[in-house]
Amino acid sequence: MALPATRPSGAVPSGAVLSADQLLELYYYLRLTRTLEERLVALYRQTKVIGGLFRSLGQEGESVASAYALERGRHRDILSPLIRNLGSLLVMGAQPIEILRQYMAKADSPTRGRELNVHFNDLEKGYLGQISHLGDMIPVMAGIALSFKLRAEPRVGLVYIGDGGTSTGTFHEGLNLAAVQRLPLVVIGEYNHWAYSTPPEKQFAVKDLAEKAKGYGVPSVTVDGNDVFAVYEATRFAVERARRGKGVHFIEVKTYRRKGHAEHDDQHYVPKTDLESWAKENDPIDRYTQRLLTADLITEGDLKDIDDRVRVEVDQATDACVNDPLPTSESALPGVYVDPPAADKLWFKVL
Amino acid sequence: MAELTFLEALRQGIWEEMERDERVFILGEDVGAYGGAFKVTDGFSKRFGESRVIDTPISEAAIVGAAAGAAHMGLRPVAEMQFIDFISCAYDMLTNYVATARYRAGLSTPMVVRGPCGGYVRGGPFHSQNPEAAFLHTPGLKIVYPATVRDAKGLIKSSIRDEDPVLYLEHKWLYRRIKEQLPEGEEILTPIGQARIAREGKHLSIISYGATLWKSLEAADQLEKADGVSVEVLDLRTLLPMDDAAIVATVKKTNKVLIVHEDTRTGGIAGEIAARINEQAFEWLDGPIMRVTAHDVPIPYAPTLEDFVLPQTDDIVKAARWLAAY
Ligand SMILES: Cc1ncc(C[n+]2csc(CCOP(=O)(O)OP(=O)(O)O)c2C)c(N)n1
Ligand SMILES: [Mg+2]
Repeated sequence: MALPATRPSGAVPSGAVLSADQLLELYYYLRLTRTLEERLVALYRQTKVIGGLFRSLGQEGESVASAYALERGRHRDILSPLIRNLGSLLVMGAQPIEILRQYMAKADSPTRGRELNVHFNDLEKGYLGQISHLGDMIPVMAGIALSFKLRAEPRVGLVYIGDGGTSTGTFHEGLNLAAVQRLPLVVIGEYNHWAYSTPPEKQFAVKDLAEKAKGYGVPSVTVDGNDVFAVYEATRFAVERARRGKGVHFIEVKTYRRKGHAEHDDQHYVPKTDLESWAKENDPIDRYTQRLLTADLITEGDLKDIDDRVRVEVDQATDACVNDPLPTSESALPGVYVDPPAADKLWFKVL
Repeated sequence: MAELTFLEALRQGIWEEMERDERVFILGEDVGAYGGAFKVTDGFSKRFGESRVIDTPISEAAIVGAAAGAAHMGLRPVAEMQFIDFISCAYDMLTNYVATARYRAGLSTPMVVRGPCGGYVRGGPFHSQNPEAAFLHTPGLKIVYPATVRDAKGLIKSSIRDEDPVLYLEHKWLYRRIKEQLPEGEEILTPIGQARIAREGKHLSIISYGATLWKSLEAADQLEKADGVSVEVLDLRTLLPMDDAAIVATVKKTNKVLIVHEDTRTGGIAGEIAARINEQAFEWLDGPIMRVTAHDVPIPYAPTLEDFVLPQTDDIVKAARWLAAY
């Protein structure tokens, strides 16, 4: 089934063809992202989440749509998500139970309790976890893309960077390296209007992030980040271009961070009117479903079925891990190097 | 007298210096209207204006580099790292540019780089670090690491007044956990380079700093009560330059030394302290110099793992008991 070629902006996307199943699958990931996050909020309030909780409310569209434009499956494209790209991780095949275990620092979490939240990998499924240091994943993902190029594999890397993150040195070095090497890398710049409490005008003197990329000779485009189709289209184009050996592409997605930097932050510095208008008029999931319903591509019943399925999945995943144990103390020691197998247990621990 | 937390004392120290000296200004991420991630600079931009409390882009190298340039010109920048873990992004600026400036070029660089460090807060590998050892090896920098409310204030003020670049490490676990009465109207200036006896004792010395100073004091109390062992606790306060005289004095007094720090063991500060004791007070020792430190792994997130990896009061008790019996 072809997607009706209209965007709220009026621009016409070219050639985006998504089947009915794909349209529903996209909705499934959007809903799963939001529902899973709501579950994490509940667990956070019950102090079951150990560290902070970072929301992607209102940004699920760009995460899900950009990841969905990749070739997924074992040993295909690889992306590196940031803390607000839960949706991207889910699209790449990370399981809700893995996310829940990570946040609750469970023994069976992907990092066995060593790292937080979405900081985990599965290179076979196609995702590389970030570290906290913003910008660092740009050069690292350039390296992943370099391996694709050196081995002449038709694979693409995709990496996210926040509007604030584009101020780091590593972002600039990594993007430039990728540009001169013509690496198969797509960079998604997330203009969500805030970097913690800092607004864009204190972060950079250009209007659009896309301008920064141009400075490195990287083709760039700015799209409506809460329009799932627009993001999908733009990413699809960039990914296929990269796959054909045409080099890096930068996509700026304009969106809005509708929750505080993390759950502890009441975002008193964010204008209430902004929050209201983005929630009411520009919610990516509402916009997506409205559009499909209006075009008679899906029914309310389809949506409800998916909502129910998601709720059951999230319930089941929670039940299956919420009472799991934390890691045993001494499991902290192995794995710093391949060999020797474990760090020394210090002398005072055995007195 | 007013009872202040560690964080309030630090805040007050910077505030007083900004009132006293218009050359002092702040730069860092979210330090302005937001008042900093931990609220250390809360209210500063209202009082001192946006030109003296500068919200920067997320650019640690630029923050430190710009602080250095301004310092050359006679200003007194106080740069905040939102978490000290991100100081690694400014490592080049600090070690190559800032630290060498006076020696190689005769340039004065009076600046402070400060930020929340340390673990015990479930922060995981990138929000729990103690970076002091990475900078101890850099002639030209000073490193202070206050443990008390009084020193939080006294050391930030001295750091701002110092003619050389100072790295001021503030343990986030202490921010709101400890309180102390500080006299109002008294100018509190803790001299850089001077350690402090935090607890007098006869049988054994614990040398520590930061959060583990408090765990060492707790351990000393327990040992006194349970074993009748009298433990002296030395709070280093400044790590660079190190107060050799205070270290040697406590060794000569008790003849046994346990060094306790939260940073990992290999290449940690304890190794340097042990070497100095060997060089300057070897004959006064009645036992090996021992260390209680974090294990040599990145700081993990899960409470069970973090509690095991980082030194705890109980570890210090056991280690000190062993050394006392040596
Ligand atoms: C190098 C570095 N400096 C500081 C921080 C602390 N920090 C964490 S998130 C954040 C704001 C990030 O803003 P942005 O990149 O726009 O991402 P968003 O939170 O909006 O998704 C800051 C300053 C960090 N993680 N890394
Ligand atoms: Mg942002």
